[in-house]
Amino acid sequence: MYEAVIGLEVHVQLSTVSKIFSGSSTAFGAEPNTQASLVDLGMPGVLPVPNARAFEMAVKFGLAIDAEIGKESVFDRKNYFYPDLPKGYQISQFEKPIVGPGRVTITLDDGTIKTINVTRAHLEEDAGKSVHDAFDGMTGVDLNRAGTPLLEIVSEPELRSAKEAVAYLKVIHSIIRYLDISDGNMAQGSMRCDCNVSIRPQGSEVLGTRTEIKNVNSFRFVEKAINTEIHRQIEILEDGGRVIQETRLYDPDKDETRSMRSKEEANDYRYFPDPDLLPVMIDDSFIEACRNTLPELPEARQARYIKDYGITDYDAGVLVADRDVADYFAEVADTSGEGKLAANWVMGSVLAELNQTGSVITEFPVSAKQLADLISRIKDNTLNSKTAKTVFEALLAGEGEVNAIIEAKGLVQMTDTGAIEAIVDEVIQENPDQVANYRSAPSDKQGKMLGFFVGQVMKKSQGKANPQAVNQILHSKLGS
Amino acid sequence: MSLTSDDVKRVAKLARLGLTQAETNETLTQLNSILGLVDQMQQTNTDGVAPLAHPLELTQTLRADQVTETNHREKYQSVAPQAEAGLYLVPRVVE
Amino acid sequence: MSQITDLTLAQLKQALDDGDLSSVEITTAFLDRIDSLNPELNAFITITHEDARKAAADADAARAKGKASAFAGLPIAHKDLFCTDGTRTTCGSKMLADFVAPYDAHVVSRCQQAGLISLGKLNMDEFAMGSSNENSFFGVVRNPWDPSRVPGGSSGGSAAAVAARMTPLATATDTGGSIRQPAALTGTSGLKPTYGRVSRFGMIAFASSLDQGGLIAHTAEDIALGLGLIAGHDPRDSTSADQAVPDYTATLGDSLKGKVIGLPTQFFDERLDPAMRQSMNDVLDVFRSLGATTVEVSLDHIAEAIPAYYVIAPAEASSNLSRFDGVRFGYRAEHPKDLTDLYERSRGEGFGSEVKRRILIGTYALSEGYYDAYYKKAQQIRRLIKQDFERALNQCDLLFGPTTPSTAFVIGEKTADPIAMYLEDIYTVATNMAGLPGGSFQAPLIDGLPSGYQLTGPAFGEGAILNAAHQIQTATDWHTLRPESL
Repeated sequence: MYEAVIGLEVHVQLSTVSKIFSGSSTAFGAEPNTQASLVDLGMPGVLPVPNARAFEMAVKFGLAIDAEIGKESVFDRKNYFYPDLPKGYQISQFEKPIVGPGRVTITLDDGTIKTINVTRAHLEEDAGKSVHDAFDGMTGVDLNRAGTPLLEIVSEPELRSAKEAVAYLKVIHSIIRYLDISDGNMAQGSMRCDCNVSIRPQGSEVLGTRTEIKNVNSFRFVEKAINTEIHRQIEILEDGGRVIQETRLYDPDKDETRSMRSKEEANDYRYFPDPDLLPVMIDDSFIEACRNTLPELPEARQARYIKDYGITDYDAGVLVADRDVADYFAEVADTSGEGKLAANWVMGSVLAELNQTGSVITEFPVSAKQLADLISRIKDNTLNSKTAKTVFEALLAGEGEVNAIIEAKGLVQMTDTGAIEAIVDEVIQENPDQVANYRSAPSDKQGKMLGFFVGQVMKKSQGKANPQAVNQILHSKLGS
Repeated sequence: MSLTSDDVKRVAKLARLGLTQAETNETLTQLNSILGLVDQMQQTNTDGVAPLAHPLELTQTLRADQVTETNHREKYQSVAPQAEAGLYLVPRVVE
Repeated sequence: MSQITDLTLAQLKQALDDGDLSSVEITTAFLDRIDSLNPELNAFITITHEDARKAAADADAARAKGKASAFAGLPIAHKDLFCTDGTRTTCGSKMLADFVAPYDAHVVSRCQQAGLISLGKLNMDEFAMGSSNENSFFGVVRNPWDPSRVPGGSSGGSAAAVAARMTPLATATDTGGSIRQPAALTGTSGLKPTYGRVSRFGMIAFASSLDQGGLIAHTAEDIALGLGLIAGHDPRDSTSADQAVPDYTATLGDSLKGKVIGLPTQFFDERLDPAMRQSMNDVLDVFRSLGATTVEVSLDHIAEAIPAYYVIAPAEASSNLSRFDGVRFGYRAEHPKDLTDLYERSRGEGFGSEVKRRILIGTYALSEGYYDAYYKKAQQIRRLIKQDFERALNQCDLLFGPTTPSTAFVIGEKTADPIAMYLEDIYTVATNMAGLPGGSFQAPLIDGLPSGYQLTGPAFGEGAILNAAHQIQTATDWHTLRPESL
């Protein structure tokens, strides 16, 4: 009945070492106002000077999304009053942004591929931070963050569901991580998402009234926030009401959005070109230099992994989505020499564990080298799939290196056929009825019944017996 | 283009200037006469003329990405009207 | 016998170099004169007695060891919108009445590095908005020629201080005429350089695309000496021109034979006061006697310069002044009940009425629905004005005209109507719009009061302006006249 229309504005903190308009450090975690220079504080008489690397990073992003690069880029002042905005205006870009229209492709859950157009991306300075509960009845302002470079990436309102929005957000995240222009850490605030949401009757071409949900700081919350907002708007319309254009905040505890009081007043930003800054001319040689330093982007890496490691299209796609995961996988595959096994383990056990704990691979307790060691031990038959899982759990728990764990837990796989034969004989002896049933059963049913004996042998060998050898020996001893 | 008292109040709000009613009234007359002066511009034909933002029409030189500033918090906050624990204090803001 | 304070900067420099005077003697003479005259004239907001005396002693000591820099020990005073580290910098406003700047402006550092000794900070119209120095929180400045009259503005303190010989050299700023107009009204020489010639870092901003720092002194020669110190590229100011600084003193003596002086018809129309016309003609006669010729030129859009200026300047100012919010520095209203109250009362109480008027006009001109009709239109007119100047300067070396419509007016005469005050700038604002250099120099007195003629040059043509003025000053004595009472 209703269709959702969603556009995302993603603010990415660029990882330059100094701020966009001053030489202050952008390092995270400093004592309040110790990284706030005269320019950052908006002292009387100071002037901004733009950072070349911020432009390089912006241009690289533009190239990565096939966008037009603004040859003449102008900074504009966005005027409003707020304690974390020292000059009473934010230096941003309005009419002539550094990056023009571009596009990205997203892959939906059912495998369909959709192109999402990016309207533009522009450079601007970040504001400071407010600390609301620091002092009785007062808010404390820390301007360390004021002046950090931001790249604001604006999508066309072409997303039609919360899931599409998250898929888009993940692609943007992937690109900025591959380009290494940002930490892209939503929890820490180096990537923030504002969601513009409206609904309209299915088939209508007219846009409904939209609301803006500001500063959602995780992929999960983006999905939930958009869904609750769509739901809220549908309810309003079905009750015969109208959606008010406003700014809202997502409350994860209540799983709902609420209106932001301080932004209720109509905002007339009075944009005009900043007279303290001159137009930035980006010539072809600058763009070519940026193009030459572009790293291998996800699509290209995916193709290479399929070729180099012999893995499937689907697997490669999953592995390259996150640059850190791709790097991890590549190290495991290269060190162990087992591309397919590496892919299975990373996509299976590693990603499953990360999803469950909600953690990131850069903080994963099992290092790529350790996983490669594990895979090598499987390959050389020291471990079977069951014992390998035991070792993996031990690695997760931080119990030491692979070989040490194998030794400590006595997990070396039993490959000695003599030893296995002895156990098989025991099992056959202890289970005469099952043996009889097996021998008298039709051959197409025997496969399943063999499983019982395999299970018994594995139990007696504490899982250490080599499954192939067990199968072989059982077959020959049970006969038919 | 004539301003009303409401216009003055709206603009004063945008500029966060607290005006008394007397100031608003006085300003209104003066602003209208200034706007009368400014409206003379409309008599000039500017079709096809590009706005001139910078008199010299130079272009921007970009700065190398280096940390050149060090911590001077104590000195810079010595002029602050109200600061505590390194933070600038303002009346509590509710979002 | 002339007093120390009658000497020009060049003469003082010579005296120091020859060992005829010491820096302590010079500094003491000027400080004494300031103490004696400032209570009436009110040119200085802050006088830095201690620092100046100490710097003078240090300069003499260095000179004795042969380690003095070229300008060591010579006095200067700074308009109070240049930030001076450790010294109060007020911009003539209650908003910054107690603001001790935490850094030096580029201009101030350059002067200090050269060894100049700052005598103090000079009074000005609040945030450089005004043409009479009647808008200062620290009181009106009086014209040394007639204390019932204004010295002009916004650099009224700078001009009055030089005219009264409280300092031989003063820094000043010009956004629409604020150096040239007070120079003309006080019988001094003043130069506004090309936009971008002097760094604006540390020069508290009024209208960023129009502001330029410059100098007021008795002679073109003194300005040439000072300009060489403060001009030049500063990477901290993105609008600072990366252009070599010539030796302005080297070309002062060039002959004016063959130089063409352009006379804009609009400056000499029926609106020009007859006495002012006579004064201008007297100056032109001297130019001709020195071998220059004149040609009529036209600045077609000059009339639109005032309305366009009174959109662009307030618009930029309204944004530049937003940082004065009572949070990190400056005046803060007492017991604010919430954030909005903090902003509205700090700014409402901290700013004077002219400043508030301009912030309101500027905010309005930029606001939604009005941007195209006001700000954009004004910037289009700006381009037309610049093209007019370029066309005119293709036909001549320098443009010539009166600096002001008349001589210094009486204090209070024009305060009732802001427009009357704005029209004071009629001959000067267009130069700022085009970003060109302009200077005002002494012309004959009119009824005992100073008048000034204005020279406008092509971009980076400061040398040509100073050369022409210097030649006039060599051939005449108008620049040596001083107020009878002083």
